[in-house]
Amino acid sequence: MGDIQFEIDGQTVTAVPGMTVLEVARKHGIYIPTLCHHEKLEPFGGCRLCIVEVEDRGWTKYVVSCVFPAAGGIIVRTRSEKVDRLRKTILELLMAHAPDAPQLVELAKVYGADPNRYESDPSFCIHCGLCVRYCAEVARKNAIGFVDRGINKEISFVPEIAAQYCNDCKECFPLCPTSYLQAAFVYAQAMTFPGAGHN
Amino acid sequence: MARLETPEALESFRQEILSRRDPDSPCVSICAGAGCVASGADEVIAAFEKEIEAKGLSATVSTKGTGCPGFCEQGPVVVIYPEEICYLQVQAKDVPEIVAQTIENKQVVERLCFKDPATGERAVKESDIPFYRSQQRTVLCNNIKIDSKRIEDYLALGGYAALAKALGQMTDLEVLEEVKKSNIRGRGGAGFPAGRKWEGSRNAKEPIKYVIVNADEGDPGAFMDRALLEGNPHSILEGLILGGYAVGAHEGYFYVRQEYPLAVKNIHLAIQQAEHYGLLGENILGSGFDFKVIVHQGAGAFVCGESTALMTSLEGKAGEPRPKYVRSNVKGLWERPSVLNNVETWANIPLIIDKGADWFTSVGTDSSKGTKIFSLVGKITNTGLVEVPMGMTLREIIYDIGGGIPNNKKFKAVQTGGPSGGCIPEHLLDLQVGFDELTKAGSMMGSGGMIVMDEDTCMVDVARYFIAFLTDESCGKCVPCREGLRQMHRILTNITKGKGKQGDIELLEELAETAVEASLCALGKSAPNPFLSTLKYFREEYEAHINDKKCPALACKELINFYIDPDRCTGCGTCRKQCPADAINGDKNLIHIIDQDKCTRCGTCFEVCPPKFASVVKLSGEPVPDPVPEEARTIRKKTKEKG
Ligand SMILES: Cc1cc2nc3c(=O)[nH]c(=O)nc-3n(C[C@H](O)[C@H](O)[C@H](O)COP(=O)(O)O)c2cc1C
Ligand code: SF4
Ligand code: SF4
Ligand code: SF4
Ligand code: FES
Repeated sequence: MGDIQFEIDGQTVTAVPGMTVLEVARKHGIYIPTLCHHEKLEPFGGCRLCIVEVEDRGWTKYVVSCVFPAAGGIIVRTRSEKVDRLRKTILELLMAHAPDAPQLVELAKVYGADPNRYESDPSFCIHCGLCVRYCAEVARKNAIGFVDRGINKEISFVPEIAAQYCNDCKECFPLCPTSYLQAAFVYAQAMTFPGAGHN
Repeated sequence: MARLETPEALESFRQEILSRRDPDSPCVSICAGAGCVASGADEVIAAFEKEIEAKGLSATVSTKGTGCPGFCEQGPVVVIYPEEICYLQVQAKDVPEIVAQTIENKQVVERLCFKDPATGERAVKESDIPFYRSQQRTVLCNNIKIDSKRIEDYLALGGYAALAKALGQMTDLEVLEEVKKSNIRGRGGAGFPAGRKWEGSRNAKEPIKYVIVNADEGDPGAFMDRALLEGNPHSILEGLILGGYAVGAHEGYFYVRQEYPLAVKNIHLAIQQAEHYGLLGENILGSGFDFKVIVHQGAGAFVCGESTALMTSLEGKAGEPRPKYVRSNVKGLWERPSVLNNVETWANIPLIIDKGADWFTSVGTDSSKGTKIFSLVGKITNTGLVEVPMGMTLREIIYDIGGGIPNNKKFKAVQTGGPSGGCIPEHLLDLQVGFDELTKAGSMMGSGGMIVMDEDTCMVDVARYFIAFLTDESCGKCVPCREGLRQMHRILTNITKGKGKQGDIELLEELAETAVEASLCALGKSAPNPFLSTLKYFREEYEAHINDKKCPALACKELINFYIDPDRCTGCGTCRKQCPADAINGDKNLIHIIDQDKCTRCGTCFEVCPPKFASVVKLSGEPVPDPVPEEARTIRKKTKEKG
């Protein structure tokens, strides 16, 4: 009933309206890499790693699968020369900031990414927004947010809220792909809310 | 005057306004736009009012501050009707003479008229000035005739006739069909057909819909939208109401950037006046159609002009683009169908409804209809706002209207489309302006910025400059844009500093591809344009910087040296006295030399060396000749002996 059929990597898949291509792929055991996606959170579409090639009525386009709605008759390719090249560049750009993040190191092997391709600037946070969104959408505390914009964008704890809740929660910590979050927390704690509960 | 209950009431009110005005009695229009105010328009207006009062002419002569007619370079601009005598660069002290000569004696004050720099001829009427002569001003033309604070001025010129026609004689569907038939494409960026966008919203299931004016105008240096908002706010408002009627929306928004306080004020006033006369609000002109308008001030980030970011910002959240693949006209503001159009797009709508789609499509190219307003700036004689029919060539705009490149310099490129547009080289000057034509040339229409560049401009540096702007303006949400632009900026900066390496061009190309294909919003997708277009047309400049450490335009500071030509130096000492770095050694009758180690390459010496000597030269990519040996530095006065 209302099922949508289309193709991913040559395999016919089915979906119900409202599903994203990523969800459909996962349901069928087809792997698409992601960094900023999390099942419990609203799609963010920031890392762009889940980009795939979509052929729709003869037109080929590149879309991010974590937000692209499944549609009947489309042909999705999760890997192609260009998709791989785009992912490689994205990984290289991120590794300039977080060269040792395990997920990045792992993916770099798959896509042949060179961690030293771009001038390094180890600032560690890769702005996936998982911590920010988890705290807002699941923990519902809004203890952490992004401040500033563009290349100056940074995560920042809201001291009053963080002092009260973070020590007992820390649920967002394991989500962070670079473990920067933990460092940022320790730093923020030392600077702005010292003594608010020790382990 | 109370509410106007019918289209006929509006018409008779208009006749009443006209009957109170004697078309033959003099009216002094003084541009009160930002450019003219900066050069003293307020004092000029005050001086006219005072002088006219003092001479007892108040009963017959009217004075008004108006919107910007575009020739800001030559402001303050004064036009005297009914003869349409146009005076430029008018100062308060000129006013008594103008009143005595022109208004009382019908004599032209020649010295205040436009003088053609080439022929020396004077142009008395506005329409005789070459800057205006080749333009086709259908949207901008009313600015100079309207005191934007008075709805009567707009009504006198036929304002709200389109609304009366639509509500009185046309169904909402007919209004939509007329707009579709006009083929008008959005004036704010991508050039999407407005009618199709409207239709999508109209047909969307959700019953509550919105229409929105994008008055963010984030492009630096562009002021088309501002001139319209400040000069003729009712035209945009009327367009918006028509749009609401056609798509079935009862609520409209103005999203105006905070930096435009006068625009905000004028729109508020326009809304109030329109409400007062029943042209806005409930049961407009007795038609049963209700429509209200809300003004929202944006925080002024460039990215807030992007449609999804603008709507997120309207909802009261941080103005970041949304990662959605459903168009805003179906799911936009508060997830409801929302038509977002640019200021200039909306301002065209009343004209289309009033004069018909056929009138509109009679102007333009196959795929781009109507006129377009450009803000012409840079290395050009006449800067200002110009409105031309689509299909006019760049050459006509730059030379016929813009008056060409000043100081006998050579044209090099014209950058169109705002910061993420592209540079078009000289061999394409005969390109017709139109959405598809500019895109094909690797640039775009954008909102209509046009920056003319001369031979002294380094194209690598231009790319660096625009990418720097976009890096600053990126919202930072997605990796290809935030990180890709950061690295592009780094590499381009290195190249302009002579630190370019083999492979840099390829690396830039890869980053550009990633940003174009993988960015979330159109900011990132179009950001590589300045690089891609300059690489396409000026690749040799990139190569010269990287391979030969040479800047062919002699513009990149780190790649040039200043050198004093010993055969030309007269020992006048001007450069030595003004060099802030104390890098010049010389004396009377002594050839001057520059200590390259001390020189900061500020260029002062180059600027100040008297043109008749022109002894300071710029060098790039070649060794600086050794300084003249001490014993040869004395200047013998050859010329004096001869004379
Ligand atoms: C980064 C960015 C900035 C933009 N800024 C503006 C702007 O200031 N004004 C505007 O009208 N459109 C701007 N646009 C285009 C809008 O997103 C949108 O396409 C336009 O307002 C639609 O109206 P139109 O179809 O009438 O042009 C911008 C687009 C991007 C990607
Ligand atoms: S701190 Fe970690 S989880 Fe949070 S945005 Fe940065 S990388 Fe993502
Ligand atoms: S392309 Fe740039 S401006 Fe647009 S969402 Fe990505 S980071 Fe933000
Ligand atoms: S370029 Fe500037 S610092 Fe160098 S010699 Fe000329 S004036 Fe002095
Ligand atoms: S997972 Fe899709 S953009 Fe990050």
